[in-house]
Amino acid sequence: MNFSFRFDGVVLEARPSGALFWPDRRWLIVADLHLGKSERMARRGGALLPPYEVAATLDRLQAEIAATAPDCVVSLGDGFDDDAAASALPDAVCARLAAMAEGRRWLWVSGNHDPGVPCARLPGEAWDEVREGLVLRHEAGQGPDVSGHFHPCVRLAGERRSCFLIGAEHLILPAFGAYTGGLSCDDPALTDLVPEGIAVACGTRALPLPVGRIAPRLSRRRA
Amino acid sequence: MNLPPEFQDWFARQGWQPHPHQIALLEAKGDSLLIAPTGGGKTLAGFLPSLVDLRDPPGGLHTLYVSPLKALTADIARNLARPVADLGLTVRIEDRTGDTKGSQRARQRVDPPDILLTTPESLALMLSYEQAPAIFGGLRRVVLDELHALAENKRGDQLMLCLARLKSLAPGLSVAGLSATVENPAALADFMGGGQIIHADPGPDPDIAMLPTARPAPWAGGNGHYAVPEVLEQIRQANTTIVFINTRAQAELYFQQLWAANEENLPIGLHHGSLAREARQKVEAAMAAGDLRAVVATGSLDLGIDWGSVDLVIQVGAPKNVKRLVQRIGRANHRYNAPSRARIVPANRFEVIECVAALQAVAERDLDGDPRGPGPLDVLCQHILLTACAGPFDPDSLFREVRAVGPYRHLTREDFDACLDFAATGGYALRAYDRWQRLMLRDGLWRLRDPRAARNIRMNIGTIIDPETLKVRFKGRGGPLLGEVEEGFAATLAPGDTFLIGGQTVRYEGLRELVLEVTPNPHKEPRIATFNGLKLATSTQLSHRVQALIGDPDRWDILPKDSRDWLALQAEQSALPAPGTLLSESFRYDGRWHFALYGLAGRNALQTLGLLMTRTMEVAGLGPLGFLATDYALLIWSVDPVTDPAPLLDRAALREGLGDWLASNAVMKRSFRNVAIIAGLIQRNMPGSRSTGKQATFSSDILYDTLRRYDPDHLLLRITADEAQRGLVDFGRIEDMLDYSPDLKHVMLDRISPLAAPLMLEMGRVRIDGQGRMRLAEAEAAALMAEAGIDLGPEPTEVARLAGLGDGVNRPATGLRDRKSSRTGDIPPRRAPRPATVPRAR
Repeated sequence: MNFSFRFDGVVLEARPSGALFWPDRRWLIVADLHLGKSERMARRGGALLPPYEVAATLDRLQAEIAATAPDCVVSLGDGFDDDAAASALPDAVCARLAAMAEGRRWLWVSGNHDPGVPCARLPGEAWDEVREGLVLRHEAGQGPDVSGHFHPCVRLAGERRSCFLIGAEHLILPAFGAYTGGLSCDDPALTDLVPEGIAVACGTRALPLPVGRIAPRLSRRRA
Repeated sequence: MNLPPEFQDWFARQGWQPHPHQIALLEAKGDSLLIAPTGGGKTLAGFLPSLVDLRDPPGGLHTLYVSPLKALTADIARNLARPVADLGLTVRIEDRTGDTKGSQRARQRVDPPDILLTTPESLALMLSYEQAPAIFGGLRRVVLDELHALAENKRGDQLMLCLARLKSLAPGLSVAGLSATVENPAALADFMGGGQIIHADPGPDPDIAMLPTARPAPWAGGNGHYAVPEVLEQIRQANTTIVFINTRAQAELYFQQLWAANEENLPIGLHHGSLAREARQKVEAAMAAGDLRAVVATGSLDLGIDWGSVDLVIQVGAPKNVKRLVQRIGRANHRYNAPSRARIVPANRFEVIECVAALQAVAERDLDGDPRGPGPLDVLCQHILLTACAGPFDPDSLFREVRAVGPYRHLTREDFDACLDFAATGGYALRAYDRWQRLMLRDGLWRLRDPRAARNIRMNIGTIIDPETLKVRFKGRGGPLLGEVEEGFAATLAPGDTFLIGGQTVRYEGLRELVLEVTPNPHKEPRIATFNGLKLATSTQLSHRVQALIGDPDRWDILPKDSRDWLALQAEQSALPAPGTLLSESFRYDGRWHFALYGLAGRNALQTLGLLMTRTMEVAGLGPLGFLATDYALLIWSVDPVTDPAPLLDRAALREGLGDWLASNAVMKRSFRNVAIIAGLIQRNMPGSRSTGKQATFSSDILYDTLRRYDPDHLLLRITADEAQRGLVDFGRIEDMLDYSPDLKHVMLDRISPLAAPLMLEMGRVRIDGQGRMRLAEAEAAALMAEAGIDLGPEPTEVARLAGLGDGVNRPATGLRDRKSSRTGDIPPRRAPRPATVPRAR
């Protein structure tokens, strides 16, 4: 079940998968896919992780596209774990992305991991940031804006879940990629951006909960 | 080799006679295994041939000593110093552990001492250096201390692989294994690759008995607090006592109880693995100096430094395993040929029977132990990677070398090649890493593709995976470190909660940079500390003895009277479990149907059985509500009664259910994490490197789920499944139970039976509900929103306003700062007012 809210004057839906949907324009926005992460680690002499994160991430993205039939898909930066990872994508993956982009716009916003232009084999356009009714960029700047980068997560019922973080100035998306960790919402890097707000935890349902200054004090909760 | 005259003189000057086993080891040719009780001069026996040899040091490393404990290497260095000095030998003895300084390590690589004292992990590291052939090429002897303990886990497998490496580097090498009493010396000799077994005189029978108490053991529970006055009296009468407790949490509680009754202020210390190292070392030093009258300890004191003055061991709680009991008793053995004294305190009525059975086993010198499984493949993967760090290797020679190792004797070439493929390419069905293989085959030799990878591989050395733990410290700058608790326990804490650590009650204040901050809170009752207790199940053999004792009224005369009466009542009202008969009962109690199965198969296996049976009951519509597993029995409560247990215990159905259930189970994920770390798929968390601000690290659960979905036949999943079945899941013992007691006997009762009654008081009930974690999460999220006074209506535009965030169109409505103002510092940035974890709703 989705969580609908208004941000910067626009009604948006936080989907349990971690994707953001903008119903009025039919835009699907996902952040931090980190495609090619396992390839990059191997290239740099690190561990040989199961090389399935591209397939896992694209399977989930494809399901989101099938569910929302968007006119436009936005990768909100760090779509690739680095520029070389984008170039190293197997042809079959590029073909799959092209098929997913068929009949719709596809925007690659650049991130700190993938500052370069995606390689010619990929569908879509490359942007540093997008300003079309909403400001979409990889890392939060002058608000109000929609961004990714931090991989916010929150602890709920003893489990860490990735989450959307909704504040007055910033809407920060969870990482959509399979091999991604998370940064706790109460980390100073995030509380500086969203001192108080709503976190929407991902899972099989999108669950809103208060974070930051408006979060109930624990001592009170237990009393 | 004979004992040279100057050595005979030295023994005489100490007023000693060399023990026959010391001479036997000196005279032995080739590899040997010495089995000797504590206090038998085992270590000296192990070093004697080296010292005799080193009257004329050939230069270079002569003897390598490996022990499971760093502390033991330091202790040995001190103990050897005396005979070396007395005999005027010019022998350099050094230790090499994780604590050794970098400069000394570097020097040891160039100029090794005559005798090097080390641990399995440090040995594996040294063997991974390119200089390994030079360091170990002239090695003559290897001494493996406490081999019985090393053989219990993967450290032993790794050590044996390293030993094979050493034998290849130094073909003339001889090995001396030193072990405490074990049930199957031949199996241990096989484990170390063969050798002559030398038995020391086991010494006189121990003086061991149940501790008589004024009050009988309670019906249920595991803390043994009822016996505190008697335990204290024993401590008073003895010189120095070790009080062994089975779990760390119980040790904390017992320590507190003892002090509460300790009117004479006898110096009593506490020692367990969750305490800070400094705290443990302080207790060890006080013990060594004879300043303590007693120490309350867990398995952390099972091994190690020989404290001469200990003359009494008290075991609180059922020993679970006869071999371990015997080894613990051996700690109270300050003089060879003096009987060890030990007293046992059962914690409840079931344990009384187990203790009696264990005492009989000790008297009959009938030790237990489960046969070791084959060498684990994750350890082999690590070994292959480390071998590559030392230099290019030929796969055929390495395979031959590994097959010479006891635990890997039956390794197939197929499995070896799978491990090699994993090390080289990741071993995935999708061959994604052809360009970036970790190992490359060139000129018939496997080698590291990128030599820089060696550093990462070496960082990950070892087979001990610590659970994720958090440090506990007093609040305020530089507060002393109290110890560590498991992350899972920490997540259940909320500010204001109290728990015991290091023998004191503390109040949880908050979490700061992965350190639990606490304040002293001496006057409050602690919340029961549930941090990592050792979940050791009663051994198969001891369980069989218990079952035989319960099932045979003619033998009950050795039981205390209240136990006899209890069993007699059970026989009259229901039936008795006995060898060959698996007893179960159904009865109504407290408005629900209960099903009790007296499986005596150990806690882990019965817990697994509980999960599997309740699944089947769910399908059968019996409405299972929960279950409870102890070492002896499984209790399931449900809406409808179990009238015929046979279909629930059908082997094929259980096995099928196991496959389904295991796959998504947390136990499997935990096993996978360990396997993945050991095999080198993921890096272990380095102390200090784990930080909350890292979004690059992600959980091994993600890798597990991904592999299950996209590569279900992957080697690491296979290793994980094998391991879980042997360890925590213990499915093998469910099958043993069905083999050992093939006749099902089911009794329908009109009320609770005497054997079942204590189960009602036991802790550790597992609730069965189909709700799942998402329901819990929903409830908690809703509670938090309600608490914050936020009511989310159906209209999305309402949300932001209700959350106090303004309406998002007209800019902030409340006093929210934008990012810039917090950066310029006109308002000091506020830190989050709460810890990083939201505790579970209770």
